[in-house]
Amino acid sequence: MLALVSPALLVILLLIVLPVGWLAWQSIYHDGFTLENYRRVFTEDIYWRSFALTFEISLAVTVIALLLGYPVAYLANSVPRGWSILILSLVVLPFWTSVLVRAYAWLALLQRTGVINQFLRYLEVISEPLALVHNTFGTVVATVHILLPFMVLPLYATMQKIPGDLMQAGASLGASPSLTFVRVFLPLSLPGVLAGCTMVFVLCLGFYITPELLGGGRTVMVSMLVSRNVELYNQFGAASAVAVVLLLSVLVIFFVVSRFISLDRVLGQR
Amino acid sequence: MTAKRNSGFCYALLGASISAIALGTAANAAEQITFVSQGGAYQQAQTVAILDPSAKKLGITINQDSIPDAWPAIKTQVGSGKPIWDVVDTPTGYCLRGGEQGLIEKLDFSKIPNAAAMPEAYRSPYSVSYEFYSSVLAYSQKTFPKDAPNSWVDFWDVKKFPGRRALRNHPIATLEAALMADGVAPDKLYPLDVDRAFKKLEEIKPHITVWWTSGAQSAQLLNDGEVDMEMAWNGRVSAVAKEGAKVSFTYNQGILQSTSLCILKGAPNLGTAVKFINEAVDPVHQANLPLNIDYGPGNPRAFETNVIKPERAAQLPSEPANAAKQALMSYAWWSSPAGEAAEKRWASFMQK
Repeated sequence: MLALVSPALLVILLLIVLPVGWLAWQSIYHDGFTLENYRRVFTEDIYWRSFALTFEISLAVTVIALLLGYPVAYLANSVPRGWSILILSLVVLPFWTSVLVRAYAWLALLQRTGVINQFLRYLEVISEPLALVHNTFGTVVATVHILLPFMVLPLYATMQKIPGDLMQAGASLGASPSLTFVRVFLPLSLPGVLAGCTMVFVLCLGFYITPELLGGGRTVMVSMLVSRNVELYNQFGAASAVAVVLLLSVLVIFFVVSRFISLDRVLGQR
Repeated sequence: MTAKRNSGFCYALLGASISAIALGTAANAAEQITFVSQGGAYQQAQTVAILDPSAKKLGITINQDSIPDAWPAIKTQVGSGKPIWDVVDTPTGYCLRGGEQGLIEKLDFSKIPNAAAMPEAYRSPYSVSYEFYSSVLAYSQKTFPKDAPNSWVDFWDVKKFPGRRALRNHPIATLEAALMADGVAPDKLYPLDVDRAFKKLEEIKPHITVWWTSGAQSAQLLNDGEVDMEMAWNGRVSAVAKEGAKVSFTYNQGILQSTSLCILKGAPNLGTAVKFINEAVDPVHQANLPLNIDYGPGNPRAFETNVIKPERAAQLPSEPANAAKQALMSYAWWSSPAGEAAEKRWASFMQK
């Protein structure tokens, strides 16, 4: 058994454990041990602002993705199999398109001379183009779109396991469809909700392309701080410290979530 | 100081490797160097104008590599003790900073007569100007069919010139523009009054729609009419104009910037690298560069070779009359401690 998993373990060791260890090392060692990089992360305004903004955006994206994704998963779960395959394919299809391409597509839709603004002006709903992009709004819209499959799939997988006869039992006892949903279906689907929310939230924390392309330079998420520290200021140590803090926050989130549901449920989407 | 061109450098690489192979067999791999630039149409233009002719004349092989931002790689390569690159074409500030940090070789100008003949402002102990570009004020001719903004004072005047604006998300050239908007003469900018520049930038900040990060993005903003005026690199604006967009720019108060050639400390082919640098800034090769791309020669003598026609010269950033309207960037100031501090202050300005 060990022989079978050892190639995988080796890959993980070489490509994940070693680089991450090296990263962490860089953040505390520069001509001697130093906590200067961490002092900066925890005391300087720009880092705080970036972390706060990143958590706000991730929260907004998670809530919106849940509100959009739950009905889709519910629908896919309640229609005949052929239809559910179609719905899920539509959810997964954009997933195979490059994130970069989708971000640019949103730019074409949202910008001042973009499709949406031109259409609204044609209808004379607005006289001046709306500022839909180059800000946090545009970033959130595109990020929700990109992360939606990570919400829908765990939800659908959980809903699939809820026995349909429970609903019938509820109805036979005289409960209205909305009451059976609230009292029976919704509670049983909560593990899926938690799994989907964790996936989306954690992935969003590290998002780079959408805020970079659609944020107008003002929406500086943590991943952009990392890249700026390297590209602009050549401070590998500072960049590593930011990355380590982000990694630790993700681990804390996973730890907290694991108190409520098993982690393979989040990661393996069982 | 990140890369200003980064599109399609696969083609350049392809072209580069083909020419490297071709030349490799021709020169019998006697002497060779590895030359690094920023890829894209820019590196292709150099290959035609400068690299291939130089290789032929010197009988050497020039292996090409490209990277949008060479600085981190310079640090790692020299840090490892065994650099693989010889000559790098990179924003001049990196050559200077690298020189100060012991990452770049000091040049012996007695072996580089072509550079020794250049004005002193065009070289440093570590580097030679290779080509010029300019951060200019570009605008949409649709929004401003006449009475277009013509200076940074106009750019800052949101009443007289209403419209959406973009600036580069980077302090270099942007601080210079802010000071010119505040009335500082282009030839009196350095040392920059950093406090005054940031104060002036606070004034325009609410009116900036986008802070762009890549040259491609600045071109897209102008091309799609996302902004009515912006700071952009001259080559990007003229490329958009060539494709039919109604956009233009002025060299007035542009910030004249350059990339330079420099040699990595401990470069594997130091002697050949020095020979190559001399050849690369030869006035005739240099004059051929602007025939292939919208950047100006690093050696001003190129304008005396008659290779560049007067109408073409008039379009180039480093043509003497155009250069006179602009501020020449002081890379020495930007790589000084004050310059580095100003660069770091940018992040907190952006996120406030």
